[in-house]
Parts: sequence; structure tokens; C-alpha cells
Amino acid sequence: MAIPREVSFTVNGKPVDVVVEPRELLIHTLRERLHTTGPHIGCETSHCGACTVDIDNMSVKSCTMLTVQCQGAKVLTIEGFEQGGQLHALQEAFTQDHALQCGYCTPGMITRAYRLLQENPHPSEQEIRYWMAGNLCRCTGYQNIVKAVQDAAGKLAAKAA
Amino acid sequence: MIPRPFEYHAPSSLPDALLLMSRYGEEAKLLAGGHSLLPMMKLRFAAPGHLIDLGKIGELKGIEQVGSEIRIGAMTTENELIWSPLLAQKLPLLVEGAGLISDPQVRYRGTIGGDIAHADPGNDHPALMLALEASFVLQGANGERVVAADGFFLGLYSTLLQPGEVLTQIRIPIPPPGCGWCYAKLKRKTGDFAAAAAAVLLRMKAGSVEEARIALTNVGPTPLKARAAQTYLQGKALNDASIAEAARLAMSICEPTEDLRGDVQYKTAMAGEMTQRALRTAASRAR
Repeated sequence: MAIPREVSFTVNGKPVDVVVEPRELLIHTLRERLHTTGPHIGCETSHCGACTVDIDNMSVKSCTMLTVQCQGAKVLTIEGFEQGGQLHALQEAFTQDHALQCGYCTPGMITRAYRLLQENPHPSEQEIRYWMAGNLCRCTGYQNIVKAVQDAAGKLAAKAA
Repeated sequence: MIPRPFEYHAPSSLPDALLLMSRYGEEAKLLAGGHSLLPMMKLRFAAPGHLIDLGKIGELKGIEQVGSEIRIGAMTTENELIWSPLLAQKLPLLVEGAGLISDPQVRYRGTIGGDIAHADPGNDHPALMLALEASFVLQGANGERVVAADGFFLGLYSTLLQPGEVLTQIRIPIPPPGCGWCYAKLKRKTGDFAAAAAAVLLRMKAGSVEEARIALTNVGPTPLKARAAQTYLQGKALNDASIAEAARLAMSICEPTEDLRGDVQYKTAMAGEMTQRALRTAASRAR
């Protein structure tokens, strides 16, 4: 067994220190050590996107990143979206537009959509479909997910104006 | 799925990485974006004793023009390629190819150097590198050498890289203005490797082909340069007949492996179809 290592990073703005084996995957640290269970384990093979978190302004599948790689990183998960009891515009839009059924993919979807809108505040439908293609939903057929991202983009733009 | 235990190293400079590589030798694997290696380790297809993470080495990142060539640090990610204004202007073929690799999340982490050095025949950069006539800087404890992409890929997961060597930089001569380009890739779904793909760079002169470069992905143990097709097209007008003949010549060198993406005959036919589509699109973009 390899020697455990201390790793320090932030999760949703809060500093955390963990001691992990190098082989521990970030999704396991988040869920099992830090009880941040919003990011889900879907396929475990970097395909489905259910485990998507935001790391240093990048959407990352946390089943395909080692916790030891996160030294000094800023990690954002779905738990970090609500501010002062107020849902984020994306969370509101996913609710209003029925952009989920079982909800398993939703934390990953919203976390990914957040980064997309940071990079491109006014994406076309085609751009949303292209840049959200790393997240699979087996319920909705994506129509309402795309609509929710568009609606949230509109609301965020109105708020910024 | 959890990998076998290993020791993790995150050197902050290239000399430190080379030192670690010589210390641990065959037991060590280099970690770039980790989106091929970590899945393989989780499936226990790979079980290195030491993982040397190149992610903290700043000098391995970046895109710049030096004279008439573009130099790309090996740890530059796919999304960095896609978003580079310099590459959009000088190497649109590379941007188009990178945009068809895997999915957005993977493109934030996956690197051009990892894609090349891993030498999976399903990876897209190897064929793009052949079409762009790139060369690679390989750095070892005893210095660096620069090798051509053509000849670098030896077989499945096998390249000219020697033990203790790191691919540090990709150098690509800027094609002359007016070149047409296309990377045509057939994949079953987002995130999948190509059933077949073709990279084309095309230079036209007075209605006929001055130079055509054609390279194929995932229809052999390495990327394939379709030399006979290239030679055939030289000096010819591009029309249905010449494009079909070039595709036939490209298909004649294919030796794909049958898998869930199709049997040998289908994949070979698709390599021909991708060659045709790439030639037509490249022609429409050539000036």
C-alpha cells in the first residue's frame, strides 16, 4: 500500500484537508469523506458525466481525476450553487422547465451548464447540445434540458444588465 | 473501480520529471490529462508502481508561433487548442480535429501530447499530425531530439519514444495560405473513437491538385498515410472520378480490426467514405 498523502483544496469555498492514498478518486473523496453527495457515480468510466464537478474553472469528471491531483484546487459542486436560500438560475430553470425526471444526471448537468454559460453567456441550441454532450440523461430526451439552459442564460443576462 | 496502489509524483519542472523517470524506470508511467491512463488503471489493464504527473510543469503548456511554424506544448489541452485564435487562423485542421475528440469534459483535461504519445490507433491527433507533417520534440536525460510524425508511430501503443524520454513539444509548419482542410470522422456517438476518420490538407493550383495530404485514423495499428492516394491526386482535377479513385487507393491500405464499431469490410468502406468527404470539404475551403 502506498503512503497516504495530505491534500488541501477548497470545496464550495470551504477549505478541506484530507489524507488519501494516491489511488483515491476525487468522486470517492467528495462523497465518502466530505459527504458531498451531489456529484453522482454513474458509469465510473468517464462517459456519463453524472460525477461532473467544476475544478479551477473547468468541468471535470471526478471519477477520472485523482484526489492527489487537486492540491490547491478550487472545487465547485452542486451543493455550492444555492446562495442564501436562493436557488441558482439554472436550478430554477431546471425545475420550471421539467428538465429532470429521475434527477440522477441533474447535478452533473447543472454544474456543466454553469461552466458553459460562464464561457458563452448566449449559447445557441446547437452550441448547448455540442458543449453539453459529455452529460448523459436517460429520461428526458434532452429537450427540456436544452430549454432550461437557454432560459437560465436569459435570466442571468437580464440580471447582469 | 479503483486502480491498484501506486506512488504519485508531481514534479514542478522537466528536469525533475526526467530524474524521477530515470529513478523508477519501467515501473513509472507519465500522467498527462489522465483520460486514457486512469481508465486503463481503473480497469487494471495498467498497473504502474509510480505515476509521474506532468500537470504542474508550466513549460509544457502553451501555443506560439516561431517563424513559420507553430509550437505547442505537449500538455496543452484539447479545449485550449479549440479556443486558440492563433490556431483558428493558422491551423484550422487541428482545431476541427480537436473539436471532434471525445466530449467537453474530457477536452478540458485531455492533452495533445498525451493523445500522441499514447498512440492508441483510435486517437485522432496522430493522423492529424501526419497530415500536418508535424515533428515532435523528445526530451531525455541526455538531451533532446526532434523526430518527424511520419515514422513516429510504430504500432499499437508503440512509438519512437525511448524509456526515459518525454514528448515535450509539437512543431507544425504553417501550411501556405489558401490550403483547404478537413477532418471527417465517423463515430457512433459523442465520446466514442472513430469507426474511421480521414484528415486532409489540400493545396490547389489553377483547378488541379498541387498537393494532397491524406491520413487515416483507426483503420490500422497506427495512423496511416495514404501515400498512393496522395501521389495519384497530384496534378489532377478534383471530380467524382478522381475522388473515388483516391478513396479506393486509401481503402487499399486499411487493415482495421473488427469490433463493436463494425467489421473489417465496413470500416474499410467508411475509411473510403471519410476520405471522399474530407477531400470534398477541403476542396470547398481551398482558395
